[in-house]
Amino acid sequence: MKKEEIPQDESNLSKSNVKELCYATDENGNYTTGLSTGWEAKTIALESSINTINERIEEAKENIKSGKASPIVYFMELHRMDWPTLADYVGLWQWRVKRHVKPSVFKKLNNKILQKYADAFQISVDELINYKGA
Amino acid sequence: MNTNFTHHQSAHCENGVASNLLKFNGIDISEPMVFGIGSGLFFFYLPLLKVNQAPAISYRPMPGFIFNKAAKRLGITVKRIKFSSPEKAQIALENNLKNNIPTGLQVGVYNLTYFPDEYRFHFNAHNLVVYGKTDNTFLISDPVMENVTTLTEAELEKVRFAKGTLSPKGQMYYPTHLPSEINWESAIKKGIKNTCSDMLAPVPIVGVAAMRYLAKSIRKWPKSKGVKVANHYLAQMIRMQEEIGTGGGGFRFIYAAFLQEAAIILKNDKLKELSFEMTQIGDLWRDFALNASRVCKNRSNVEDVYNTLADQLLHLANLEEKFFKELKKAI
Repeated sequence: MKKEEIPQDESNLSKSNVKELCYATDENGNYTTGLSTGWEAKTIALESSINTINERIEEAKENIKSGKASPIVYFMELHRMDWPTLADYVGLWQWRVKRHVKPSVFKKLNNKILQKYADAFQISVDELINYKGA
Repeated sequence: MNTNFTHHQSAHCENGVASNLLKFNGIDISEPMVFGIGSGLFFFYLPLLKVNQAPAISYRPMPGFIFNKAAKRLGITVKRIKFSSPEKAQIALENNLKNNIPTGLQVGVYNLTYFPDEYRFHFNAHNLVVYGKTDNTFLISDPVMENVTTLTEAELEKVRFAKGTLSPKGQMYYPTHLPSEINWESAIKKGIKNTCSDMLAPVPIVGVAAMRYLAKSIRKWPKSKGVKVANHYLAQMIRMQEEIGTGGGGFRFIYAAFLQEAAIILKNDKLKELSFEMTQIGDLWRDFALNASRVCKNRSNVEDVYNTLADQLLHLANLEEKFFKELKKAI
């Protein structure tokens, strides 16, 4: 990549005024560095990942509305977590966390466990149990 | 408390922290030099291991490897400490600052408040330097940012004790012993030899063999996983290759910059030639990422686009196989 070819496309970085460093060659073929505001290829890839996450959030909402899942899945997707990450944050085995997704099991959870989830999602227990998928 | 630390922006966090900490300690070493001596160039593909609901693809070795290898080859001792208690972790960090020791930290990205929202994922192997503290605010040099920034005590505790894969457990690190003289030639040669044997390793999940393995998988994805999942996989692959940190082209340009510096130190013109060649290979990686992103965007149903991508990747694998064989001979 030549220095003048460092892409300066609009991106999520440029919105926040963040530029990243790239390595490129100058007119004599020697390496130097330059800043990039973003690159089309990366923006597409990042958007695609964000879209996938948003779809998962919507799906979680639907499942909660229809009584198929507990609010845990929604907040897990909202915080871009997967099962191992959430299990580590609440300090429980993955199989237990997965069980808590069943609305019937979730209803019976004691406050101590609910508090762990609330802490992991940085919300209150009330917000957690009262989430209805809206 | 403020140490006399100078922030330099870098492409990749780990090399950047290493280079900045060593510069503070009087060793003038560039980011590409840390990367090359620490054998940072790598390729890894393990479809069974899933990261963000996509197969694990990596263009770099495990976090910490680059700095550890570079330090060892340069004769530098690096102390690494993990903590179980956040209070103790903070006290240890503050003691370092009092003793004028800017300190590297492993942190999770998700709660880094100064990152744009879109970049905040549960990735726990980010690196930054804490170089001072005023009141209850830590002064932060994050090497991928243009300028220095700050985090409050609570914010820093959150990122140091992020949970999940590769959780940092408050890890901090800093050089404790520096040699009086550094044997650059030997360190560079060791770094290059290590990279050549990694990239040419006779295992299917590492180096050029892994690129071929991935090419084979890309052909199958649209049929076995469906176009939607296939495109999600491609998006993740592009991000691993081009996202903040690689300096472009899956680290190939940083490596070319390293070879150029190495050519001068080793007085070896062949390395300069190979640096040009690596730049061209890096450009082809960029084309590959651009084409893959177009496949993602158009959501094309034609099976051929995946085959075209796979062919491109195979071509890259062939070029790199030849390249690393030549590089091995050149030193």
